[in-house]
Amino acid sequence: MIMSEIIIAGIGQTAVGEHWDESLRALAVQAIQAAIQDSGGLRPQALYVGNMLAPNLSRQTHLGALLADCAGLHQDDSDQRTGIEAVTVEAGGASGGAALRQGYLAVASGLVDIVLVVGVEKFTDVIGSELESALATQTEADSESIHGLTLTAQAALLARRYMLENHVPADGLAGFPLTAHANGAGNKNAMYRKPVALKAYQQAEPVCDPLNLYDMAPNADGAAALILTRRELLPKDFPHPVVRLAASTIASDTLALAERRDPLWFSAAQASVEKAFQVSGVSRKKVDLFEYYDAFSIFSALSLEAAGFAKRGKGWEMARDATIGITGSIPCATMGGLKARGNPGGATGVYQAVEATLQLRGQAGANQVPKAHYALIQSLGGPASIAVTHLLENLA
Amino acid sequence: MEIPRHWRLNQQRLGLIGEVCHHCQAKIFPPRDICPACGEEANKSFAFSGRGEVFSFTTIYEPPSGFDETAPYTVALVKLEEGPMVTAQLTDLGESLPEIGMPVEMVTRRLRTDGDERGMLIYGYKFRPVMTH
Repeated sequence: MIMSEIIIAGIGQTAVGEHWDESLRALAVQAIQAAIQDSGGLRPQALYVGNMLAPNLSRQTHLGALLADCAGLHQDDSDQRTGIEAVTVEAGGASGGAALRQGYLAVASGLVDIVLVVGVEKFTDVIGSELESALATQTEADSESIHGLTLTAQAALLARRYMLENHVPADGLAGFPLTAHANGAGNKNAMYRKPVALKAYQQAEPVCDPLNLYDMAPNADGAAALILTRRELLPKDFPHPVVRLAASTIASDTLALAERRDPLWFSAAQASVEKAFQVSGVSRKKVDLFEYYDAFSIFSALSLEAAGFAKRGKGWEMARDATIGITGSIPCATMGGLKARGNPGGATGVYQAVEATLQLRGQAGANQVPKAHYALIQSLGGPASIAVTHLLENLA
Repeated sequence: MEIPRHWRLNQQRLGLIGEVCHHCQAKIFPPRDICPACGEEANKSFAFSGRGEVFSFTTIYEPPSGFDETAPYTVALVKLEEGPMVTAQLTDLGESLPEIGMPVEMVTRRLRTDGDERGMLIYGYKFRPVMTH
């Protein structure tokens, strides 16, 4: 039984993009320093790093020790020689969300007072088939990647079947990237900041049929960070509206898509969302915005259905009807989503939490969802092989 | 080069050998010793017929390493007639385009080379359209 409220006390992020001049550790340290400063100087006692591919792309494991050291995070009772508790959390594309979950557990347990969660990914040091192989390690090695399956191909397999079963026209998923890009225009940290027209989608280069270039989010570099603590430990002059984690849940499904009972249903996403509503006592209709995991446009449709915002097979219609725009009934990807803000791999879940916090604090600028009180954020590993859901609440 | 790993998977990959659960009779592929349907032990070997139909498919133009030489290639989810679904490449398509629902049959083909051109050759199942006479 959690007696105390778990607060997001500090947020920080770098812009998402191709940061040729910035190393993984440099990006992480920037985000960490920004989050600590935003919290009013709270010093973390534990660090949870969300990252998925540094072992492949940077030849680097052990990010906990590395980043605790680079960011100068020391135990309180040391003479600056002992670093804090620090580990990496990995759950494919959901690594950032999973790191947030571990941070939540640590603070909620009462055993750690102040936690730092940092999501960081450095994609752009490797390109071509080596990068595709690294990404494909998120699929099942013995029965999926051995056949040359990629993450994009997994999404394409789902999209083709979904579009056939639900009579979706060729441009039926366009509303998802179009909405994302419209919102990216209002986010100075987004990788893409120009709206995109329907015609561009219709004429876009095919990738893995039936997906085109606009159906998949760009992998890019970035780091985002959060300071978590309990409400009673906030400084007296805490300068921001107080944002709380009302729920934190994770569910898993078969790793291999072929082994799903029902391939066109994100069961883990459904279970994770329903548990979040159940433990928080908050109902679906109170959610003011949804940061879904739009690594592929088909994932947006399936996530909306699994979360119960649309009936099965109808998720795509929500994008067609602009229900997911800032002024719609369930604003999604409000700061650009993975599609326009960018997909910084294991950092994504932490970016979602930073963006949702900005919305709930009223600091989202041109993309502000009016009177945002509850934000639902969800990151997925693969095609919802893991689903991590958090519900954020403005306590003001 | 992961020789032991590929050696362990040979039977499953070359013969489409899975399991049948002696509790609930569910057919299981790939073999996993605990039945995903009923949770009981399931380690009785079962050889699948190799017949199935295409559930979905797509074409890959940007392959991962090891598949560069064979790109573009088509991957599919194939629903085997005994129930389980497998991921596999479609082969011998010739001029015809694949279709959802197309009947296919298993063949053994080279999947990839492990490592460089002197690496171990890895064989396994692919599926080709059933020839109607």
